[in-house]
Amino acid sequence: MAERTWKTIENGPHSLDDFLHPISKKNYGQWRYHERPRPGVLKHVAWSGDVLFTVRAATHRQVTVDIVRRLCDLADKYADGYLRWTIRNNVEFMTPNEANVEPLIRDLAAIGHPVGGTGPSVSAIAHTQGWLHCDIPAIDASGVAKSIMDALFHDFAHEEMPNRVRLSTSCCEINCGGQADIAVVVQHTRPPRINHEILANVCEMPSTVARCPVAAIRPTTVNGKPSLMVVEEKCIYCGACFGACPAMEINHPEHSKLAVWVGGKNSNARSKPTNMKLVAHGLPNNPPRWPEVTDVLKRILGAYKAGGRDWERLGEWIERIGWRRFFEETGLAFDKSMIDNYRHARVSLNQSAQIRF
Amino acid sequence: MSEQQEKKQAFELHPTPMLDHLESGPWPSFIKGFKETVTRTEKTMVRGVLDQLNYSYETKMGYWKGGVVGVHGYGAGVISRYSMISDQFPEATEFHTMRVQPAPGLHYSAKALREVCDIWEKYGSGLMSMHGQTGNLQLQGVKAENVQALFDELNQRGWDLGGAGATVRTGASCVGPARCEQACYDTLGTHGKVLSYYADLTHRPQLPYKAKFKFSGCPNDCTNSIQRADYAVIGTWKDDMQVDTAEVENFIDKKGIDYVVNNVISRCPTQAITLKGKQLEIDNRNCVRCMHCLNVMPKALSPGKERGITLLVGGKGHLKVGNMLGSVMVPFMKMETEEDIDAFIELIDKMIDYWSENGLDHERIGETIERVGVQEFLDAVGLEANIDMVAHPRDNPFFKADLTHSPEEAA
Repeated sequence: MAERTWKTIENGPHSLDDFLHPISKKNYGQWRYHERPRPGVLKHVAWSGDVLFTVRAATHRQVTVDIVRRLCDLADKYADGYLRWTIRNNVEFMTPNEANVEPLIRDLAAIGHPVGGTGPSVSAIAHTQGWLHCDIPAIDASGVAKSIMDALFHDFAHEEMPNRVRLSTSCCEINCGGQADIAVVVQHTRPPRINHEILANVCEMPSTVARCPVAAIRPTTVNGKPSLMVVEEKCIYCGACFGACPAMEINHPEHSKLAVWVGGKNSNARSKPTNMKLVAHGLPNNPPRWPEVTDVLKRILGAYKAGGRDWERLGEWIERIGWRRFFEETGLAFDKSMIDNYRHARVSLNQSAQIRF
Repeated sequence: MSEQQEKKQAFELHPTPMLDHLESGPWPSFIKGFKETVTRTEKTMVRGVLDQLNYSYETKMGYWKGGVVGVHGYGAGVISRYSMISDQFPEATEFHTMRVQPAPGLHYSAKALREVCDIWEKYGSGLMSMHGQTGNLQLQGVKAENVQALFDELNQRGWDLGGAGATVRTGASCVGPARCEQACYDTLGTHGKVLSYYADLTHRPQLPYKAKFKFSGCPNDCTNSIQRADYAVIGTWKDDMQVDTAEVENFIDKKGIDYVVNNVISRCPTQAITLKGKQLEIDNRNCVRCMHCLNVMPKALSPGKERGITLLVGGKGHLKVGNMLGSVMVPFMKMETEEDIDAFIELIDKMIDYWSENGLDHERIGETIERVGVQEFLDAVGLEANIDMVAHPRDNPFFKADLTHSPEEAA
């Protein structure tokens, strides 16, 4: 191999200097207000009078050089050579020229990128890597996300929800997809299966023991070899040990399920930010389309769309109508597993006589 | 068989019946995209990855394991993946990912992004993720032998690697002052400066666990910072919000009194707005900067002029103790000048130092603070207790009073 001559420049994030649209640069920090002329399009107006239209389109996050080059071509054709991504995998093109908006939308549609995800709509899914690339996944997030967004597509492309709906999916209980109005997260239902033959060779045992949040892992000897054991009564099936030790396989084709959580909210608007809550679990891991999961999401969104008031996020709607009504109106079933019995559980109990009958 | 026919046969895709189900429907299909690229580039690695992915769909299990692959001088930034079943799918033997730090706000020029595509196609699979959940541009599918050359070419064009493992991770920032009227500070500039300062901690794992920064221009918190960043930097303002009275009147004329009452007045969480004729009377002293009324009436209402940030610390995802939201450590600090950002970094340095000394293996700073107690943490980083740090004073009756802070002493 040729000797390396380049000396690394350790600069952190790439410089923004040549990456901002000239209108953005000119009016940096001097924006006055915005409007939404139609779903998928924003219109920002600066104090200078300059106007910037943004067209937001769906991408599938797992993209390719071919797809990105096509998006770059559209940026050159309609957006003066600039583009950006949102944190929910949408691509955005900005142009001061209103006449560019409709042709850009048509060209995006022609190459498979529908516009939407603005205002009170269902956003693109924030999701994780799954079977495509991750070393600990129980599902393929891209496939789940594709299946869900196909099913909910109308509400991505239209602004008909009470408020915005953020979705996420995650392929293990680490939940890299994050908190969301509705999140689909893997749920393990059995303790890890331990491969005692290889464990001592592939795992650092003390750090694996330390990784367990409920101290359920203990050193042991199996067939004369040092290994680890799990106290099954204590294990909460979180899979934390599997990340540290590949010999503690938590994933299982049948026993790894999917759960649905609702009411996570990051914004401070009106109510304070909240964590999401469990409303369905034990859904089968059913590739390639996971129909049982999309069915639950459709029920929740249908009830929210029908009953939510303007500006109420999903969790705020539930807060108003109460959890009993939420389960009644979605047809989902509350069960014992949904009562928290981990740390700080008491704050989630009803410590009052206020009850909706 | 002619040479061309031979080549064509050699690069035919294998059947992937499970994945084919994901090609239909209105949402963009990642499978269609992968097939397009592999068909054009004839890269066998991508064919192998599709085959293994199809096998995962059939057997409902994943088949990647980690290893150690990196670039010269760094201990993080490349996520190594080796197939556990390479005997079955030899083309998928190696499939490493390079995490690249984008510019703040995920802004690109088409020119620079095309360059990335060209370099990436030269050395790797051509598959990429835009973006990872932390905010990296992820180049997925490079062999260990190409990693250094790939990095060097990218680095020559200003691209550096992101974090992984026990490092400061790639930051995230909202679109901020580049386009948004609600941005209360320069999210993009602050992101750039802070993450450049922490480049060493990004590239060389030396912390108890990961540390994430997210920069949101206002309390709408479009980067989800409170929920998932150890350091959530959220724009806010201290003085009165700005009101354009003519636009308030226009809004009421256009939307009607009912809409204003039902969607602005009654939705204010602290009942700080009253309707007076065709104007809003705002009790700014009681406003908690939630953003709701500004979101509904962006033309009429704007953040005040005395702007800065609120810093919340300790947000994190599920493992190990369940999700934790960040909590307020600094209710307000200016973030306008280079000196302001330096003062911010100085404070964060103290927090990271304390956590590095006291954090357990795989413990996020929020978990450390919960374990040692907020009082201990405040003393360690030199912050004074402040009522804005709590939802309410303690209701737990047992405590050791710090008499040096009694009201008599203060008087």
